[in-house]
Amino acid sequence: MEALKATNITKRYAEHTALDNVDISIPEGSIYGLLGPNGAGKTTFIRIINQIINTDEGEVRINGDLLNADHISMIGYLPEERGLYKKMKVGEQLVYLGQLRNLPRKEAIKRSKAWCEKLGIYEWWNKKIEDLSKGMAQKIQFISTILNEPKLIILDEPFSGFDPVNANLIKDEILELREKGSTIIFSTHRMESVEELCDHIALINNSKKILEGTKKAIKDSYRSNTFLVDHKGAVNGSLSNDFEVLGHEVLEDEMHKSIIQIKNGKLSPNDLLQNLISTTEVHSFIEKVPSINEIFISKVEGGNNG
Amino acid sequence: MKFLSQKWKEETMDKLFLVLQREFMSRVKKRSFLLTTVLVPLIFPALFGGLIVLMKKEDESAKQQIIHVLDKSGKFNTESTEKYSFVSVNGDLETAKSAFTESEDYGLLYIPNFDIESPQGFTLYAKSNPNFSTINSIENKIESSIQDEKLKVYEVDKEMLDRLKTSIDLKSLNISEGEEKESDAGVSFGIGYITGFLIYIFMFAYGGQVMQGVIEEKSSKIVEVIVSTVKPFQLMMGKILGVASVGLFQVIIWVVLMGTLFTVVTGVLGLEMPQQAQLSEAAEMAQNSPEAEKAMRLFASIPFTKIILTFIFYFIGGYLLYGSLFAAVGSAVDTASEAQQFMFPIMIPLIAGIVGMSSIINNPDGNVSFWLSIIPFTSPIAMMGRIGFGVPAWELALSMVLLILGFIGTVWLAGRIYRVGILMHGTKVNYKVLAKWFMMKN
Repeated sequence: MEALKATNITKRYAEHTALDNVDISIPEGSIYGLLGPNGAGKTTFIRIINQIINTDEGEVRINGDLLNADHISMIGYLPEERGLYKKMKVGEQLVYLGQLRNLPRKEAIKRSKAWCEKLGIYEWWNKKIEDLSKGMAQKIQFISTILNEPKLIILDEPFSGFDPVNANLIKDEILELREKGSTIIFSTHRMESVEELCDHIALINNSKKILEGTKKAIKDSYRSNTFLVDHKGAVNGSLSNDFEVLGHEVLEDEMHKSIIQIKNGKLSPNDLLQNLISTTEVHSFIEKVPSINEIFISKVEGGNNG
Repeated sequence: MKFLSQKWKEETMDKLFLVLQREFMSRVKKRSFLLTTVLVPLIFPALFGGLIVLMKKEDESAKQQIIHVLDKSGKFNTESTEKYSFVSVNGDLETAKSAFTESEDYGLLYIPNFDIESPQGFTLYAKSNPNFSTINSIENKIESSIQDEKLKVYEVDKEMLDRLKTSIDLKSLNISEGEEKESDAGVSFGIGYITGFLIYIFMFAYGGQVMQGVIEEKSSKIVEVIVSTVKPFQLMMGKILGVASVGLFQVIIWVVLMGTLFTVVTGVLGLEMPQQAQLSEAAEMAQNSPEAEKAMRLFASIPFTKIILTFIFYFIGGYLLYGSLFAAVGSAVDTASEAQQFMFPIMIPLIAGIVGMSSIINNPDGNVSFWLSIIPFTSPIAMMGRIGFGVPAWELALSMVLLILGFIGTVWLAGRIYRVGILMHGTKVNYKVLAKWFMMKN
């Protein structure tokens, strides 16, 4: 079942199209990476899910229901442009933001206190935001995002601006929430930062979705039977024609680093390894898997060439 | 379906109220609110009281100024007045001047031997630039001396002349509403000016607060989180109404505080101030003096209920109209200084209303008064200026309907700009951009 299914989303502004016929389906319980460069249309998509703006065409369904006001209480949203009321006290602010997500006042107070205790900032409950350090304000920002125990958590560029300690904290809490059944959407242009976290990915470029699927399937489809090998002694000339050395580098102490591709589709990595062992001393043998960033670049450049 | 829309309505109102509540509480809890709320009722009466006391003291303590008079004609009446004491000197002008320069006295008045039919050549020598009122009173003094002289020459008896002077009191009646009502321009003027000015101040002060609040939400970047939970329109209206309730709350406190203060002060000073006693006393006085009787009659004839109800209507209507415009301006800019360029067109009609007040007071039924009190942008101020003089029912109705349409219009317009503006950062905004935002689909 999809936590969120968007079909044929199109959003046009006076001068440009922000989203062009985009389909996205986000499986329940997944950590979904919405990746793409700045200005690709990610934030527009997220604002549509949050009902801040409407689509021109297409529809969004959450758990099968068309997007409606009831969904506000089941979404947690940490926007890229984020902040808090500077003159408001920590406690008041959390309770207010919880109430805006339809939490009853008493429940909002209870949960805010529990979270502040959990993150060790309860003693700041009656302090104004402007008196807090940036790191503490970030924690409060995060608490306000998840206070309503959202089924769908949307994080737009979550790690930009957060210090490493808080970034880790967010990661851990996010994973815990996922265990409890929440679905998480990450949006970022820094693809390496969420690659390890995501299990599903969509690449968006120039208002179009150019790739979508599980991280594994996408990476598998971009595998090229290429291996990184550290070895002692040269391999030059000793490999059969089934293999091609794409790159080679001499390290110190007769150590070498080679990038070798298996050209013959019938052969397995074991065949390459056997071939190597017969001529050199193999220290490390790793398949070279492309990063999402590399896939993205090749996809965008490929698209441009074609 | 009906159930759904009912539920939606409830949620909409709940959220609106939640925003309103926050706006209200966050302002009322501020130390500055406490300060102004407590200090204004203390400071203003103290300020006015102080001024009055000072003015009285100055009047009392004002020394009589000594003015030398070199009178070549012998026609000047050197009888001293409250402010000036005239001392005759003799000799020629140069000697008089040097004697005056050496003295501590205020001035030297030179009166040549003039022809009473074309009097001229009077000069006042002083050590500083004499002010307007000094010149005026000395001119009056000379003029009355000449007048006395002329009476003598034309052989008119001064006593007879005094008897010719009569003082009458023109009673003016307003018959426009079927019954004859005594009206008094002065009282209507006062009420109109004060209530109109209150509306003007309130719209500026609290409209400005709405704008500040919107800019703050935008610059602290909390607005995107908020609009993912409430509609921008709810957020805007919640803010406008929240600030309005702060204003009303403050005014109520002021009225109560000043009332209490007044009672306490008069009580402490041992003055007899209960309404009943005052009125009966006044009534007694009225029997004796026609002046007091007139005051009483006028006081009773002022349509207080009507004025108060009109005031409340225009107060709220005008605030909604301008408050939403201020909100739209706040949403379009990133800082308060950028807001200046858009403030101008908002201030123009407000200022026009206040400036037009003098023409309204002079001619409450004139063309200028009519249009200023019909157009929604100036009517909250202008209508208050007219209301005390009596306004035809149809004009009042037209003005009110137009004000309602006006604020629905500005709230709608502001809402369309606001919903786009609050999410825009770092954009150079001009009127073309605003128009584009206004036209933008949601």
